[in-house]
Amino acid sequence: MRGLSLHRSWRLLLIVALLAAAILLPLGQKNYFIYVLTSWLIFTIAAMGLNLTLGYAGQISLAQASFMALGAYTTALMTLAGWHWLVSLPVGLTLCFVVGLVLGYPALRVKGHFLAFVTLAFNTLVFLVLRNEEWLTGGTYGLSGMPRPEFGSFSTDKQLPFYYFTLGVTVLAALGLWAIVRSPWGRAFKALRENPIRAESLGVDTRRFTLLAFAIGSAYGGLAGALVTPLVQFIEPGSFGLAHSLRILLMVVVGGAGYFFGPFIGAAVVILLPEVLRFTEGYYLIIYSALVIVMLVFVPSGLIGIFGKLRARFWPRRQVRADMAEGARLP
Amino acid sequence: MSQFLQVLLSGLATGAVYALVAIGFTLVWQAAQTVNFAQGEFVMVPAFFVLIGMHWLGLSFWISLLFGLVVSIVLLGLVFKKLIVEPILPHGGITLIIATMALGILLKESAKEFYGAEAQPFPALFPGDPINLFGAAVSLRDLLNLGISLGVVVLLTLFLNRTRTGRCMQATAQNPGVAEILGVDVKRMVLYTFLINAALAALASFLITPVYLAKFSNGETLGLIAFIAAIVGGFNQIRGALVGGLLIGVLDNLTATYVTAQYRAALPLVLLIAIILVRPQGLVGTSEGRAV
Repeated sequence: MRGLSLHRSWRLLLIVALLAAAILLPLGQKNYFIYVLTSWLIFTIAAMGLNLTLGYAGQISLAQASFMALGAYTTALMTLAGWHWLVSLPVGLTLCFVVGLVLGYPALRVKGHFLAFVTLAFNTLVFLVLRNEEWLTGGTYGLSGMPRPEFGSFSTDKQLPFYYFTLGVTVLAALGLWAIVRSPWGRAFKALRENPIRAESLGVDTRRFTLLAFAIGSAYGGLAGALVTPLVQFIEPGSFGLAHSLRILLMVVVGGAGYFFGPFIGAAVVILLPEVLRFTEGYYLIIYSALVIVMLVFVPSGLIGIFGKLRARFWPRRQVRADMAEGARLP
Repeated sequence: MSQFLQVLLSGLATGAVYALVAIGFTLVWQAAQTVNFAQGEFVMVPAFFVLIGMHWLGLSFWISLLFGLVVSIVLLGLVFKKLIVEPILPHGGITLIIATMALGILLKESAKEFYGAEAQPFPALFPGDPINLFGAAVSLRDLLNLGISLGVVVLLTLFLNRTRTGRCMQATAQNPGVAEILGVDVKRMVLYTFLINAALAALASFLITPVYLAKFSNGETLGLIAFIAAIVGGFNQIRGALVGGLLIGVLDNLTATYVTAQYRAALPLVLLIAIILVRPQGLVGTSEGRAV
């Protein structure tokens, strides 16, 4: 689904069809189904942000769940204090963006995968603060009873309106990311991924762009968190541990890092697979992680990569630039 | 004063075990560009192999230790290299890092599902009786852990510097291309590195599990501490990881005793950021090969 692969109008049609499906799918369904769909959208947003960091800027962040926590707790505390969700949202996003800058600045000064280690340690720290600072975060008991937002006469108290609200936010977030990726700015990200040395020699300040990609990606994590609070109306530190950061990271990789629609697929797999593999009971994570390793051995570019491979086999097209195929891989 | 000495010594003892893990991590990083995010799980798992030997196969404790060591070397060394590192490394460093993260989840969940979610008691290698040393009550176990770990580090250093194989391994880590031209069997040397890493992780596991009990989630903190120890020390050499491991062990104990027990787990983050800002090549590392 990259620029060269599908004809533009076909792609537009596909997107409209998918959007229509997303609108029609939950009609007449049970609340639980709508809840699963909503959490799929929320994790897609978190994964989209991480995709910017991992797929476009080539840095590993192991703190996406922590940024979700920052967004979720900010929203929870402010809406509990009587502020509207729309007021708490920019506060949470700004917080995540700034924390992203502060964490990323030292980590990206040096070469190597230092951001991975810094964010790994940060995840531990956030978990500790959430658990220990009971006066603010409620400790292990967490926070509960957060109201869902109302927009005039449109109340999101019921599951279906909340789903549409989340869908709207997801579409806006996707459009925002699309604009970023397509802007000259985003092209710099792309140049960075394809060939960092050449990008640097052409005057792209790689360090600054990587830092910005990470900070924006973190803000997307905050946005996802701001939606988790009104969805579940109960948050506690355990929902934002390292396991969840890893889960989001694997979503990006499974979907296809560096592909715009990768996170949608990856999040769907991670949300739906436990339902499909329910008969295996506790062994679900074992099977899943083994499958991920097998996938990385054979198709490191993820499920979208499998799709591309199959299509190239049955419907070969003229190769414009063989070296562009490299970009599909993780850097 | 005696309390300080006690805290210092038990910090050194745990730190020396951290150092073993950090050294293995460094060796593999150097020799095969593999940042092993499952390193913590590599330390968690061998204890379970020993428990399997004792409780499922009915072996005696010391035979089980040997069994655990051999199984670890085969699975975490040979199989890890052949089945995961070799096929994935050509896809790029980040892909491999993510594969090791998936492997970490796999090992952790396997230990949980196949052995149990509760912490399992693990027999101590040495009696934990306190002995009196300069007025401080020190446990014999701490002293022996420190002694054994340091002994292994010395042996490993001698092996790497004094034997032909060791020097070939160093050459491989520094410049595989040139090493190959000079007739070094690079593939074999890389394999040795993985085997040594697995053995070090197993040893660390046997020394530290009597204190922590065998639990599937042990790897999380151990891994983080090993990474930070390797980075703080400077990962050009073994002594970097050694210094880093000892430092973190001592600082961790001092923080827990004198500053805050609630936030002792925040120490690695603080140390990591401080070292990146002040001395990114690590405390004893040389800046060469680590462009800022």
